[in-house]
Amino acid sequence: MRISGLVAAAALLLAAGHAGAQPRYGLGTPATAEQVRGWDIDVRPDGAGLPPGRGSVAAGAGLYAQHCAACHGPAGAEGALVPALRLAGGQGSLRSARPLLTVGSYWPYATTLFDYVRRAMPFNAPQSLTAEELYSVTGYVLHLNGLLPADAVVDAASLAALRMPNRDGFRPTAEGR
Amino acid sequence: MKRSNPGFSRRGLALGGLAAPLLAGRASAQALPVPPAMLEQGAPVEAAPYGKPAPTEAGVVRRSRLGAENQPILGTAGSTLTPHGDLDGIITPNGLHFLRHHAGTPSIAPEQHRLLVHGLVERPLVFTMDQLRRFPTVSRLHFLECSGNTPFFQQARIRPDWTVQDTHGLLSCAEWTGVRLADVLAEAGVKPGAAWMLAEGADAAGLTRSIPVAKALDDAMLCWAQNGEALRPEQGYPLRLFLPGYEGNTSVKWLRRLKLDTQPFMTREETSKYTSLMPDGSAKQFNFTMAVKSVITRPSGGQTMGAPGFREISGIAWSGRGTVRRVEVSTDGGATWQDAQLQAPVLDKCLTRFRLPWQWQGGPALLASRATDSTGEVQPTRAALLAETGPFHVYHYNGIQLWQVQADGNVRNAY
Repeated sequence: MRISGLVAAAALLLAAGHAGAQPRYGLGTPATAEQVRGWDIDVRPDGAGLPPGRGSVAAGAGLYAQHCAACHGPAGAEGALVPALRLAGGQGSLRSARPLLTVGSYWPYATTLFDYVRRAMPFNAPQSLTAEELYSVTGYVLHLNGLLPADAVVDAASLAALRMPNRDGFRPTAEGR
Repeated sequence: MKRSNPGFSRRGLALGGLAAPLLAGRASAQALPVPPAMLEQGAPVEAAPYGKPAPTEAGVVRRSRLGAENQPILGTAGSTLTPHGDLDGIITPNGLHFLRHHAGTPSIAPEQHRLLVHGLVERPLVFTMDQLRRFPTVSRLHFLECSGNTPFFQQARIRPDWTVQDTHGLLSCAEWTGVRLADVLAEAGVKPGAAWMLAEGADAAGLTRSIPVAKALDDAMLCWAQNGEALRPEQGYPLRLFLPGYEGNTSVKWLRRLKLDTQPFMTREETSKYTSLMPDGSAKQFNFTMAVKSVITRPSGGQTMGAPGFREISGIAWSGRGTVRRVEVSTDGGATWQDAQLQAPVLDKCLTRFRLPWQWQGGPALLASRATDSTGEVQPTRAALLAETGPFHVYHYNGIQLWQVQADGNVRNAY
């Protein structure tokens, strides 16, 4: 870890050295803010990148039935196409003889769920849901895991503030510190 | 007959068409027959504008791992494997490079493709493929291994009929050509404090991984060519990230965006997936580098030995931490070991071919190989690895592989 840190620090110094310098090759075209906005779809754990808008667990139930249930099961558990597609259950099982890894038992950040659904789901039509639909369906999956009540409203602030049960369950290797 | 290794054959390979006098080991008084191919013109010179393997090699193909749980989900989320038991040397032919896809292979017009570099940089930039190709280029030979290669942690999921394609096929090796990522990032100007880089693919999964900037500035490449030709669509055409030694999914294919930031982005592929559960219930995260590993490819699972006598034991070894320093081979399940010869070239983060001459007397043998890399790390036994990881790990298995040569000459996976 210490060596890795030193290497990283050296790399950052090198990078900083580049920062003020003029481009060496003059290749590439400046990206405008408008261009970046079209592709900048990632969401950070602190909520940066979450769009304006809000959704509700109640609205998410119908969206889930329409877009998600066929592969993930009617309640994100039994009926999933394969066990790896289970979304709910398993809380407290990580130390057991039969660990079950789901959004509720394993995922450290609710923001990751929003990010992944936005970029990759529904499987047959990625990036097709509106911000409101994304908040709703994200909220419903969290509700299936007992992490939000049935009458919850979901927006950027509430999603970033939600503390997932396995938030502190991950240990980065020296390469990732 | 099975190409250049007459000692081993794929099970069930027919000998039909072979004239009896050509069968090895049987003396004959008959004159060798003139082959029919010498008596007429062959196929026209321009018959194969893009050449293909001989028709009799049609069985050497990628496929999914045997087992219901290894089949693709809805056709596009799955993997197919390199058939190492049928390959020689260290280079994987482009059509046989393994693939692991989360949402299928996108079809991308190269003139439409763009790479966006933004976040903590002085100058956010958009690159066309033509602009990227104007940078100074570099070509390097490197292996690429999926972190899910060799799924041997859970004993119940291992099958004795698995071949080396099933056990080690999420591994390939090629010459990769592109631009040093450090050169591209320097054009944008990395700002102080940028410690992580998000890499995003242009597939329907929008696959994303957070990469340490230190790695990006070290030996990372943006590649457009593989073994001398443009990337195959399944390998990221027209542009992929390549991170030597790192687990395969971090070398993001169809690369469209790089975003620098102070912290990792905690994407699905570095939280829900590609993390490994430890016995205490915690999960190992950002386990990037593939450790030292080796496997005997000949003889290996599914092959048959044929007649007793001389054989060459041959296989491949690699390490994401450097070069292969040593490979030892055992024919008695690890009771005794002999040093194998390493075939030059022995390159950094690249497959190394090893060989050992062997007199097979017939009867059972338990074959194993054990690699040591340039850091001194030695490939562990399965038992030693499991003692450290527990049974619920999914990724980064690098245990010693055992192949059981049975009394009948069939070779089986003994893991």
